[in-house]
Amino acid sequence: MTIEELQDIGRIEKEKQEGFKHRIHVCVAAGCLSCQSGLVKEALEKEVGRRGLESWVLVKGVGCLGLCTAGPMVAVEPNKILYQGVAVSDASDIVEALGGPSVSRLDCSNQVPFFTRQQKIVLENCGLIDPESIEEYISETGYEALFNALRMMNPTGVIEQISKSGLRGRGGAGFPTGLKWTTVSKTKGNVKFVVCNADEGDPGAFMDRSVLESDPHRVLEGMAIAGYAVGAHYGFIYVRAEYPLAVKRIRTAIARAERLGLLGHNIFNTTFSFDVTVRLGAGAFVCGEETALIASIEGRRGSPRPRPPFPAELGLWGSPTLINNVETFANVPPIIRKGGAWFAGIGTEKSKGTKVFALAGQVNNTGLIEAPMGTTLREIVFDIGGGIKHGRKFKAIQTGGPSGGCIPEQFLDMSMDYESLAKVGSIMGSGGLIVMDETSCMVDVAKFFIEFCMSESCGKCVPCRVGTVQIYNVLRRITEGDGKPSDIALLEELCDLVKNTSLCGLGQTSPNPVLSTIHYFMDEYKAHIEDKVCPAGTCHINHTEKSQ
Amino acid sequence: MHGTEAEQAKMNEDRRWRLVNRTMRLHGHQPDALIETLHAVQEAFGFLELDALKYVAEALHLPLSLVYGVATFYHFFTLKPPGEHTCVVCLGTACYIAGSSNMLKAIDKEVGIKPGDTTPDGKLSLLTARCMGSCGLAPAVVFDGAVHGKMSSTSVLENIRRLLNHDD
Repeated sequence: MTIEELQDIGRIEKEKQEGFKHRIHVCVAAGCLSCQSGLVKEALEKEVGRRGLESWVLVKGVGCLGLCTAGPMVAVEPNKILYQGVAVSDASDIVEALGGPSVSRLDCSNQVPFFTRQQKIVLENCGLIDPESIEEYISETGYEALFNALRMMNPTGVIEQISKSGLRGRGGAGFPTGLKWTTVSKTKGNVKFVVCNADEGDPGAFMDRSVLESDPHRVLEGMAIAGYAVGAHYGFIYVRAEYPLAVKRIRTAIARAERLGLLGHNIFNTTFSFDVTVRLGAGAFVCGEETALIASIEGRRGSPRPRPPFPAELGLWGSPTLINNVETFANVPPIIRKGGAWFAGIGTEKSKGTKVFALAGQVNNTGLIEAPMGTTLREIVFDIGGGIKHGRKFKAIQTGGPSGGCIPEQFLDMSMDYESLAKVGSIMGSGGLIVMDETSCMVDVAKFFIEFCMSESCGKCVPCRVGTVQIYNVLRRITEGDGKPSDIALLEELCDLVKNTSLCGLGQTSPNPVLSTIHYFMDEYKAHIEDKVCPAGTCHINHTEKSQ
Repeated sequence: MHGTEAEQAKMNEDRRWRLVNRTMRLHGHQPDALIETLHAVQEAFGFLELDALKYVAEALHLPLSLVYGVATFYHFFTLKPPGEHTCVVCLGTACYIAGSSNMLKAIDKEVGIKPGDTTPDGKLSLLTARCMGSCGLAPAVVFDGAVHGKMSSTSVLENIRRLLNHDD
C-alpha cells in the first residue's frame, strides 16, 4: 500500500458518506445496545427503506456518543441534531423530520456543558465512524500516522516525539511513556513484544471498553507504531472476556487491517512487519498488573512476580516487552500526526494531554467524557456531570477504583492530574469516577472496596492475602454495629502493613479507600462505633449491643 | 501432530469438541494455549467438566494440577453446570451504590438462591459480576447474556418470573 492508495480509500469513503443528504448515526456501543439501540437502528433502516430514501439517507451504527444515561442516542448529520432516549416507535418521526425542524420531544441539546466542556483526542472518532469499517477510520486520517512513522521517521525519531509529548501511562501509575519505549528499544533481544493492556478490571471504569468498541483501529495503529519504535514484530491485546463486543470488534478490526496490508508483512512497502493477536482474560483483577498479565498470556495463573527485572527487560517468554494501556496507545497516532509539541501544549505542567473518564454514580449525566488534564473536579461533576441526582448533596468522588481513594467536598476545586490526586491520597487510576451523595455510607464503601481486593487477591504474598481479610473483618464489624473504639487504630496499623509489605500494586494500593475514608470521614466511622448509627442509613446496624 | 488420535476419538464422540481441538491446533498445542482452550471448552459446554480438564491437560502435555489451578484461579471459569437461564447481577461500584445488593436480597427472598447457586429444578442460576462496564446504566443485570440497565428489585423479580414461567 502506498500513501496515495491509502488516501484514495479515505477519499472514496468520504465521498460516499457525503453523497447522502442525511446520515443517521445510531450509537451501537454496549451502553446503548443494552437499551435496544440495535432494534432502533433496524427500525430506522426499515423506515428509510419503506419511504424509498435509501439513496438519500444513510443509517449507520457508530461508537459511543458519550451520554450513556440518555441512551439510546441517535445523531443526525450534517445538521448536528442529537436525540436521546429514542425508541423503536420514534423511527418514523425521526425520518419524517429529516431536513426540517427536529423532533422536539427527543431533542438533546449538544450545546450543554456536557458536550462543550470536553476536548476530544482519544475519542475524536467516537460517535462519528462505524467501528467495524476500516475505510471510515482511514477517511478520518486513520493509518496516516503509521505511514509517517514508517516512511518518514526512524524509530528514534518516533520515540523522541512521544517523549516530547509528555504522554504518561493511562493505566494508572502515570509512568512516562517515552521513557518506557526507550528502555524497551535499548534492551537487546531478537524477539520483542508489544502488549496492549485491555484488562480493565476496575469496577466503575469503562473507558477502555468504549475505545475498543468505538474506534478499535486507533489502538491497532498505536500498537504498530510502538512496535516499529521499539523493534517488536508481535503484539498481543489482552482483553477481558467480560467484554464480548469489544473482543468481536477488535478481532474484526485486525482482520480488516490485515486484508489491506496495514498489519502483517511489509507494511507500506517497508521491511517492517507487525502481527497482532487477541488474548482473552478470564476475570482476574490482578491480571491488570503487568507481570501477572504476562503470566496470564503465557497460559498460567495470574500471579505477579517481584520487579525488577521489569517487563521492559524480561517480559513475555523472557523477551523485552512493552506494555501499555489501551488509552495510551490510542493517544499515539494523533501525537505522531500532529507532533509531540502539540500534545505537550495541552494539560498541566506535568500531566499532558487529555484524560478519558467514565463518569458514573449519583450524578445526572453519566457516561464517557474526555477533558484536558487539569480540569477541576467541580467542573467534571457539576458542569460536565450536570450535578448530583435528585438535587441531593455531594459527598465524595471516588477515583482510581479499588486502588484509589474517596475525595471529599473540600478538594472539589483541585485540578485533575497525577500529582494533585496523589497528594490527597488517591490516584488517577484508569479513569473511573464514581460520584457519591449523602445516601452513600463511606464505611460501607470502604468495606466494598476491601472486599473486592480480598476476593481478587491472588494469594501469593501473605500481607495481601491475609491482611485484606483482617481489614474486611474489622470493617464488617463496624458496619454491623459491633465496632470498638480501638478499631480505628487497628485499621490504620493493618493498612500500613499491607501497603508497605505487599508484593504488587494490588496489595500496596488496596488500603487506599480505607485510609482516605478514615482520613476525611472520621465522623462517620465514629458514628458507627460510638453511637451505633449509620448516618447514611445504608448499614444494617445490630442494635442489641447498644441496649446492653 | 500431537494427540491426533485422541482428538479424533473426541471429535467422533461429540461435535462440540471440534471447536476445542481447533483452538489447540491454532496455538500449536503450546502450553500458552491453555486459557484460550478453557474458554473454548466453556463456550462449547457451558462449564468445565473434570473430564474436559483431563483431556485438555493431556492434549497440551500439562499436569492436571496446573490445568485445575488455572481453571479455579480465574473467576470467569465455572466448574459447575449452569442452569437453563442465568441472571448476573453486577456488583461494580456504580451498581453497588445504586443498590444492587438489595436486588440480591430480593432474589434470595423470592427464589431462595444466593450468588453462585442454581435453583433445584436447574432452571435459574444466579451469579454476580465485578463490573461489566455498563456503569452509565447502573444498576445493571444480565439475563441470558442480554444486559438490562437501570434495574430495581421489582423489575429484576419481574424478569426472573418471566424466565421461570416461560417454559411451563
